[in-house]
Amino acid sequence: MAHGIIYNHLDLPQVLVVRPPDSFSLYQSQYSHKFHFLKAWESPVPLDQFLSTNARNVQALLSCGRFPINVDLLRLLPSLRLVVTPSAGLNHIDLSECHSRGVAVANAGSVACCDVADLAVGLFIDVLRKISAADRYVMQGLWASKTSYPLGSKLKGKRIGIVGLGSIGQEVAKRLEAFGCSISYNSRNQKKSFSYPFYSNVVELSANSDALVICCGLSDQTHRLINKEVLLALGKEGVLINVGRGAIIDEKEMVQCLVQGDIGGAGLDVFENEPNVPKELFALDNVVLSPHRGAFTPETLTSMREIAVGNLEAFFSNKPLLSQVIDD
Amino acid sequence: MATPNHPGNHDHQSKELPQVLVLEPPPIMKLHGDQFLNDFQLLKAWESPLPLDQFLSIHAQSVKALLTPGRYPLTRNILQLLPSLQLVVTTSAGLNHIDLPEFQRRGIAIASAGDVYSEDVADMAVGLLIDVLRKISAADRYVRKGLWDTKAEFPLGSKLCSKRVGIVGLGSIGQEVAKRLQAFGCRIMYTSRNKKPSVSYPYYSNVLELAADSDVLIICCGLTEQTRHMINKDVMLALGKEGVVINIGRGAIINEKELVQCLVQRELAGAGLDVFENEPHVPRELLTMDNVVLSPHRAVRTPESLTAMCEHVKGNLEAFFSNKPLLSPVMNI
Repeated sequence: MAHGIIYNHLDLPQVLVVRPPDSFSLYQSQYSHKFHFLKAWESPVPLDQFLSTNARNVQALLSCGRFPINVDLLRLLPSLRLVVTPSAGLNHIDLSECHSRGVAVANAGSVACCDVADLAVGLFIDVLRKISAADRYVMQGLWASKTSYPLGSKLKGKRIGIVGLGSIGQEVAKRLEAFGCSISYNSRNQKKSFSYPFYSNVVELSANSDALVICCGLSDQTHRLINKEVLLALGKEGVLINVGRGAIIDEKEMVQCLVQGDIGGAGLDVFENEPNVPKELFALDNVVLSPHRGAFTPETLTSMREIAVGNLEAFFSNKPLLSQVIDD
Repeated sequence: MATPNHPGNHDHQSKELPQVLVLEPPPIMKLHGDQFLNDFQLLKAWESPLPLDQFLSIHAQSVKALLTPGRYPLTRNILQLLPSLQLVVTTSAGLNHIDLPEFQRRGIAIASAGDVYSEDVADMAVGLLIDVLRKISAADRYVRKGLWDTKAEFPLGSKLCSKRVGIVGLGSIGQEVAKRLQAFGCRIMYTSRNKKPSVSYPYYSNVLELAADSDVLIICCGLTEQTRHMINKDVMLALGKEGVVINIGRGAIINEKELVQCLVQRELAGAGLDVFENEPHVPRELLTMDNVVLSPHRAVRTPESLTAMCEHVKGNLEAFFSNKPLLSPVMNI
């Protein structure tokens, strides 16, 4: 909380905020003694005009996690040296454009990975064991009617295909191993420190899996990576879990596969066009829908805020960033 | 197969199959049929028009083995009508439907479900816990109602990592639950009839103290005289306003009325329940609570578990009739 002194904002390092990240009021109340937040969205003038007038000397930008940081924006920020995003996801940032302009990028690192992994596993158990569907059944008063509720499916022995064995994927693997599942993966690169079988081809991974858990980021390479071929390879009993980004999956194909019974079920925390969810999914009992909340616990949201601020502080004190994204 | 009404249909020339009395079909029989017991002659009491005591008096006097589901109370009155009974095979993990002292007095052996179901039940317990903490079912309802589009606020979830999980009953189900939750970074403690020297989790001799030191209680024990209503208002208040209760044991281990009261008065943060005191009745207050996840007593309901149980039942009956040790005898009643 800022002290009872009004800081002369000219003394404080400027941080441009184009659109506010979630809980921006907390950034304000907790850090307005450290930074002067330049709040572009509050201005009545168009963004490019605002930036030309006010942001020519701005060195740091705090992203909201969604607004595109692309060449159109970067062009208007000649002094920019740092983009900080409170998200783990980087798909809203043109990384190569930043790189070529010498703009460093820092994200939330792995602070959210346990919570996201917990949700992925929770969605998987829910789909396999029909927890939400049975909960609806009881709430609707159907248990007393004695209609027997359909069986679930055992977790032990299920072959899990993890797409993206980064920090989230690794936490998912660790958890599912405790249930007796077997783990394989596809990733940009093979991870020598893990003994799980590696598949360089996601169709092959899918063909050898009972469930695919999408844990990777969205990039040009992963856009619509999970397409019809991958879905059909997963098969009629196969389960799809997505805690990455909606657009990693060809959503239209996935919906069709679910409606036609070409895959067995899905647990989805992300969608191509949030908050829009394909309405066909609402009629399906073998789908569990989550409104993009993999990281939504108070502790993790606080950590994400703290690491974003930590990166800003490090930058302004000429120290190494806490969680710089190295484009590999 | 001979029917109970026409014992004369036996082919007396062939070797007689050992008789197994079935008072009511267990779920595996309802779902799988009874082919897995083709090596036995099943006396199906429920198919007879006769009242039970008459049926047993006429047909079951020499019956040595009884196959029973978990819901059917095996009382002294029934035992009195089965003078030759030597074995009961039950398909449930729970034993609360069996008058254990009476069985012990009569010297009747009991073959339980062993640990056939333990993994599936543990998976359900963990699934219910993640659901309650991270509000999975509630958020699914929110999306299906179209509320995500409206930006109507949805509350945050609660982190699993570092949660102190108090396991009530560290039998085979409790140990499977512990193993899974450790992988999520939870801290495991337990109470049980006896301390388990082979585990390193902190032991509490008293469920009230366990609750006071826990964020979550997971009920994994059986229902006995000692555990009936063990989870009462005092225990729930000790668990606290952020506390979560998960029950995959038996409904009556929890004082259900007090549980509902605590949830209504927000003395507890949430509950995940697979079992209830008076199934299929669920207290109506729970039906509209977003912080409660309800499951219609189906923690064992996977095809794999049911198939394994068929094999297990058959194995116990075969062992008995060949004078071999039972696969899963109940000791230490």
